[in-house]
Amino acid sequence: MDRRTFVKSGTALSGLAAFGAFDQARAQGTGPIRIGLLTPLTGVVASGGKEIAEGFNLYWDQVGRKIGNRDVEIIVEDDGSNPDIALQKARKLTEQTKVDFLIGDLLANTGLAVAEYAKTTGIPYFIPVIAADDLTQRKRIPNVIRVAGYTASQMPRPLADYAYKKLGLRKIVTISQDYTFGHEQCGGFAQVFTELGGSIVAQHWNPLNTQDFSPYIAQIQAAACDAVFAMETGADATRLIQQWSSFGMKGKIRLLGAQNATDQSVIRTLGAEAEGIISSAHFAEGGDAPATQKFVAEYQAAFKKLPSIYGFSHYSAAMWLAEAIKSIGGNVEDRPKFLAAVRKTVLTGSPLGRPVRLDDYGSPVYDVFIRDVVKRPDGTYWNKPVETYPNVSQFWTYKPEDYLKQPAYSRTFQGIKKT
Amino acid sequence: MVAKPVFITATVVLLALVPAVVPGYLTSLATLTLIYALLAMSVDILAGYTGRTPLCHGAIFGTATYVVMYYVTTAGGNPWLAFPLGVAGALAVSLVYAGLAVRTSGVYFLLLTLALGMIVWGVCQRWTSVTGGENGLRGNARPDLLGDPTAFYYFVLAVGLAACVVMWRFVQSPFGLTLKGIRESDSRMRSLGYNTTLHVFIAFLFSGLMAGIAGALYAYFNSFVSPSTVALTQSVKGLLMVIIGGVGTLFGGIVGAVVIIVLENVVSSVTQRWSMVLGGLFVLTMIFAPEGIVGKLRSYLARRRQR
Repeated sequence: MDRRTFVKSGTALSGLAAFGAFDQARAQGTGPIRIGLLTPLTGVVASGGKEIAEGFNLYWDQVGRKIGNRDVEIIVEDDGSNPDIALQKARKLTEQTKVDFLIGDLLANTGLAVAEYAKTTGIPYFIPVIAADDLTQRKRIPNVIRVAGYTASQMPRPLADYAYKKLGLRKIVTISQDYTFGHEQCGGFAQVFTELGGSIVAQHWNPLNTQDFSPYIAQIQAAACDAVFAMETGADATRLIQQWSSFGMKGKIRLLGAQNATDQSVIRTLGAEAEGIISSAHFAEGGDAPATQKFVAEYQAAFKKLPSIYGFSHYSAAMWLAEAIKSIGGNVEDRPKFLAAVRKTVLTGSPLGRPVRLDDYGSPVYDVFIRDVVKRPDGTYWNKPVETYPNVSQFWTYKPEDYLKQPAYSRTFQGIKKT
Repeated sequence: MVAKPVFITATVVLLALVPAVVPGYLTSLATLTLIYALLAMSVDILAGYTGRTPLCHGAIFGTATYVVMYYVTTAGGNPWLAFPLGVAGALAVSLVYAGLAVRTSGVYFLLLTLALGMIVWGVCQRWTSVTGGENGLRGNARPDLLGDPTAFYYFVLAVGLAACVVMWRFVQSPFGLTLKGIRESDSRMRSLGYNTTLHVFIAFLFSGLMAGIAGALYAYFNSFVSPSTVALTQSVKGLLMVIIGGVGTLFGGIVGAVVIIVLENVVSSVTQRWSMVLGGLFVLTMIFAPEGIVGKLRSYLARRRQR
């Protein structure tokens, strides 16, 4: 090795050493509480990802980014709507930034990847939007908790009940995006609806990012059904609702939506096409509760738009975690104690205006609203509750032990009761 | 030529010191970089040495990842045995690809391999009962012996170095020279009596083998696989690494992998617009160093030596 090589490699080595060392000097227990927020700021669901960050930060800004005498530091990382990047960022936040816990992600596959990582490292991970059923059912992970989140099949069940009993519908066609989130929501709907005595005439699965829904709409027209249950998210939801209306189907066949089909993030971009679509969810931005309207006004003042499920969920999750951290005197470093506190917390101050608690499996129990899309005085549209189903858990009216014996919903298993 | 062995030894020593100097996250980032470097080099064998630019290496890479994950998590098999199985899976896919694509060249080769790659992606997306669909497959696939990140890093380093040596020998061999000949002029090589189709076929298989090794390592590394691992973006990523590092330089793939992994993981924390930075870098590379970073360095050094 000549002198020059020696000097070069020496410099490179010391540079590397400095890079690795700067993070070591972090005191335990007294410094700021560090929260790693994973959210898709780029990629296919970037707009939802932005609202996640907005909702989460809104709460912390309101409380001055402080819990007790400890500062709260939020480190936002972009998961790129891609599970590989999400995983890499989770590693970074845990191993290099040394956050106390992780929260976030939007797409189920990103959340599942991070949950797997959380399982191996034990870092607490909270999932206010990741709805994959099995994360709080058959494949539970003790340190993964659905704080202020929901389970995919949990929300459409009250809608199925409402459709059968109140709307008197008997024959329904489902159309859904062909991936797990869609399979699970349709499964929840189809199982309850057929167990009541209704029938699912046909089920259509469209690939993600479907541009043209006309083949599906034509088949629906031919199916002689009372109503359609549509499970679409994002741009697919926008396109389906628009095309539904331009094909003249609006008003002819009733359209029911999964909560994300008429989420504020979707109907914000639509006009009268969305009016009158019935859906079910735990959050309705048009709800009358003073707490809801206070949150809506605050969110609107901060970001010039009505809050969607993404903003709401992460705002509530932030509040939930803050309550839990307060109850243990800020000691988030004690993971078992922290996780127990999160599980025990009953959130009273959330924008829902009613207390929310977790079930024994780490998923929240909600009063679920049946919502109708109605016009506001300013010409925009929002979801207004028309009926409330109290205390809906992820298991509906089933016994958890019995329910968990049936397989997870998939394209081939929809829980449909044969008559 | 004393410089070369010294340089290589220094690089290897530096790489070997990584876990000691920067433990934790940066070691895992270095592991990931090594895996991608291997993928990029495998792409370079076709793109740089054979003159056929493939857009299917993400699919070959990902097939190995899927096979390893499936064998370990769903079938409950031995993680060590999963490795050769994964590589065999990748090899099987490349066998089919090579059989279909060798007769084409230029933009047709590019498009055909793109389409072939998309098929694997489509299968992984839709064949839910085996691939887990959009959600993919999860579970620890790494053998217990390699559970420690440092041990795993050394394992990847050892496999990577061995693969590097093999690839270097491959491209320097008389057979490798015939590939270069085919790159320069297919018809002239044919008139000299070489079975060029067979040569490209073998080069494709060899390249697929290397991509498969990288993919199997990736399964150990990530313990997770989803369609994004076999998607077109993965193939493009491998190709971008080669182009930034230097097409036809083999080791350019390593440099390219470092650049892109750093951009993706470090720069993305500073700005959401990291892909814009990547784009800018790409444009600058095309204008000022169309032969890539390593290519540029080589020609620069050669010029200095002449003086």
